[in-house]
Amino acid sequence: MMRDICEDVIGFLDDYVSGDLAPEQRAVFEAHLERCPYCRDYLATYRDTIALGRGLADPAHDRAGDAGDAGGGPPAELVEAITASLLAHRRR
Amino acid sequence: MSIDGSDDAAVVAALQAGDRAATAGFVQAHAGRMHAVARRMLGSEDEARDAVQEAFLRAFQSLHEFRGAARLGTWLHRIVVNEALMRLRARKARPELQAATEQSIDDLLPRYYEDGHRIAPRPAWAESADALLERREVRALVQRSIERLPDTLRVVLVLRDVEELDVKETAALLALSEGAVKTRLHRARQALRALLEKELVP
Repeated sequence: MMRDICEDVIGFLDDYVSGDLAPEQRAVFEAHLERCPYCRDYLATYRDTIALGRGLADPAHDRAGDAGDAGGGPPAELVEAITASLLAHRRR
Repeated sequence: MSIDGSDDAAVVAALQAGDRAATAGFVQAHAGRMHAVARRMLGSEDEARDAVQEAFLRAFQSLHEFRGAARLGTWLHRIVVNEALMRLRARKARPELQAATEQSIDDLLPRYYEDGHRIAPRPAWAESADALLERREVRALVQRSIERLPDTLRVVLVLRDVEELDVKETAALLALSEGAVKTRLHRARQALRALLEKELVP
C-alpha cells in the first residue's frame, strides 16, 4: 500500500501517468501532490522526460540536418552502401 | 515512392525483379527511420549502421514472406528492432562493450531521508517539453542522454517511450515479465530525467 510520503509517491509515478493506479491509491497519490510542491515538480519533469523521448520519433520535431527519424533523411553513403549490397545479393 | 503502404505490393514486386531504382527508393524511404531506431537502441553509430544493413538484407531475403498484412514500414521496423536486440544480447556476454551498468545509474535516482522526504529536490523546468523539442541542441541532448543509459534500461525506454510499443509487446520482445518492463522503464525514465536536468537546469 502506498504511504503518504515522497518516496512511495515517486515509486508509483509510472502507474499514475499511465492511469494504472487503483482509485484508493490514486487518492493517496493526489492528496500528497496537493501538499507537496517537490513531488509536483518531479511529476512535471517526469512527464517532460517522457514527452522529450516521444518527440525524438515525432516527425513534427524533425528538422533538416537533424539526426532525427525523418529530418535530413538517412546518411547518403549508408543508403548507397545498402542499395549496393542488396543489388549484389540479388545477383549472387 | 509512397511509404503509406498503398503500393507496398508494387514495391515488393519491383524489388523482387531486381529493379535498381526501386531498390534505391526503398532504401532511401526506410533507412532513415531504421537507422534512428537502431542508433537509439544500440547507442552506437557504427553498430547502428551494421544493424540497418543487416536488417535490410534480412528483409530482402524474406520478401516472399511479406504478406502485406502489415505495412512495409512496420514490417521493416520490426526486423531492425529484432536485429538490434540480437546485438544487445550478444553484447551482454561482453560487459566491456556496455556503456554503463545498472548500478552506475543509482546516483541518478532520487534519494530520500529516513522519513521518506526527498533529498535536494529541484524545481520544475522553465520550458515546456514542446518548447524544448523545438531546439535542435535539446533533441541532440536527449539522444545523447538516452545513449548513456545502461543497455538493459535504454532498450526498454526506447521501445516504450520513443517507439511507443505497449508493455505486452515490449515484454514479449525482451523475454521479460510485464512487471520487469515497468520497473526498468521507471528506472530508465528517472535516470534520463536526472541526466537531462543536469544540463537543462545548471
